[in-house]
Amino acid sequence: MHIVTALMAGLVFGIGLIVSGMTNPAKVLGFLDLAGRWDPSLAFVMGGAILVGLVAFGYARKRERTLFGAAMRLPTATHVDRRLVMGSLAFGAGWGLAGYCPGPALASLVSGGVKPAIFTLAMLVGMVLYDILDRVSAAGARSQA
Amino acid sequence: MIDWIHFTPWTALGGGVLIGLAAAVFVLFNGRIAGISGILGGLLRPARGDMGWRLAFLAGLVASPVCYGLVSALPEATVAADEGTLVVAGLLVGVGTRYGAGCTSGHGVCGISRRSPRSLIATAAFMLAGFVTVYVVRHALP
Repeated sequence: MHIVTALMAGLVFGIGLIVSGMTNPAKVLGFLDLAGRWDPSLAFVMGGAILVGLVAFGYARKRERTLFGAAMRLPTATHVDRRLVMGSLAFGAGWGLAGYCPGPALASLVSGGVKPAIFTLAMLVGMVLYDILDRVSAAGARSQA
Repeated sequence: MIDWIHFTPWTALGGGVLIGLAAAVFVLFNGRIAGISGILGGLLRPARGDMGWRLAFLAGLVASPVCYGLVSALPEATVAADEGTLVVAGLLVGVGTRYGAGCTSGHGVCGISRRSPRSLIATAAFMLAGFVTVYVVRHALP
């Protein structure tokens, strides 16, 4: 059953992205262009999502198990470090260059022609690159210890 | 100056509520954060019993335009970036979201909903970088 709910969540998430206009990079860039003609829509998308999210996560936080009885797997990290900030800055720069973040790129794969496919492929390469760099630096840290 | 022609508050809010509902279903039934970069990135480091729900969520996300298309015509999408820019942007988003442990969905929507200061700082950082990048590309470069 948890496979079915995961599929449904992905589907509704994607439909939300399409309805909200976030699968259109021009609209996302319209939000990021504060000095130009500014389109505040993205803030309303986040506002609507967070409004529902506050209720859902507020309830989830009080539960030890999911509605299916499995363990909750919420993030435990609370620290703010260089990785978090530098990584997020790099992500934001890429987001501002193309107008795609991971969700909208995936939700455009079958309908958006070759451009979201190029972006997604490069994004996957970037993720693999991270895994390699992360492994190398972890091995380096171990050999120093 | 607000772009009143393109500003769509109601569909933005409605779509946002759907995204929030999807995140709600995912946390309450699957016990996990609906963070796209994390779900996708985890596929690249396969662990036992960890692949099914990731693939199912991503399959739903990728299939969403097909389902939407059954009911209504898909909205127009304009990608101004050329192929080279898309490659650079994709690499930055791939590496950046993994180092930063999240993107617009995991930090922006779910993290802020969990009232996580860590996610709030990540969101501020990627928003700031997005604003600065678009400013430089559109207004500062000749």
